[in-house]
Amino acid sequence: MTSQEIAFVIVAGIGSLAALRLVTSKNVVHAALYLVLTLAMVAGVYLLVAAEFLAWVQVLIYVGAIVVLLLFSLMLTKAPIGRETLDNQQRGVAAIVGAGVLAGLVFLVQDTFRGTRIELQQAKTADVGISIFRDFVLPFEVVSVLLLAALVGAVVIARKDEAPSGGESRRTIVGPRQEVRR
Amino acid sequence: MISLLAATIRLPFLLIFAALLFSCGVYGVLARRNAVLVLMSIELMLNAVNVNLVAFSGYLKTLTGQVFALFVITVAAAEVGIGLAIVILIYRNRETINVDEVNLLKW
Repeated sequence: MTSQEIAFVIVAGIGSLAALRLVTSKNVVHAALYLVLTLAMVAGVYLLVAAEFLAWVQVLIYVGAIVVLLLFSLMLTKAPIGRETLDNQQRGVAAIVGAGVLAGLVFLVQDTFRGTRIELQQAKTADVGISIFRDFVLPFEVVSVLLLAALVGAVVIARKDEAPSGGESRRTIVGPRQEVRR
Repeated sequence: MISLLAATIRLPFLLIFAALLFSCGVYGVLARRNAVLVLMSIELMLNAVNVNLVAFSGYLKTLTGQVFALFVITVAAAEVGIGLAIVILIYRNRETINVDEVNLLKW
């Protein structure tokens, strides 16, 4: 094992444990904090494979923005705490499916790439920028428009409507409350 | 014999880490009832894909994988914004974000 691999095993082990705790935690806020840990460890993995720009983008956008958004929505929606209210009845089937996906992927990876090594060389931020603006200008612009559309869409969806005649009207996209079956 | 200071890393390590994250995300999406927790599990799966992209970017010695990982991060941000707006709208209308109870489109 090279020193990179030792560091990788430590970082990835912490990240995997945090991911497991994230999907099994009984408390939604704890789950969000485990998500922070997982995302930070993924950023550490990016640093270890010398993709430093991506690592800092990961920290800024995921750990900085997305987790804060998730925590805000957890605060705005009263989430009950406890395994019975957070998980549904198909937990066993879900565990089987997850374990099956893991086993299949690990088998395929080991079968195909056993002994393959990556020679690490630092990806300079300037090279990433040149690659974006020389080879991927069109996808870059499409992603910009997508972000703008998502921004406008989120504002339109989450806005409270003010009825013109003074009274407050509720949006009826979701429909009336139904009787809960099961 | 690979020396301790050679800057190499085994490719399957990265891919198995990504597979672990992805299967945790699959379990979370299938087993959770809270819509915000389902969104968190989807983030986990997107991160697994990003790890794969970066791993193969290093393996093939091109930067394309890293650029596409950036695009995936951008799309994930847009997806979370829209998803949480929908979740908050559902909560405002029905006072629950339990995905088992939001079954208006179920036949």
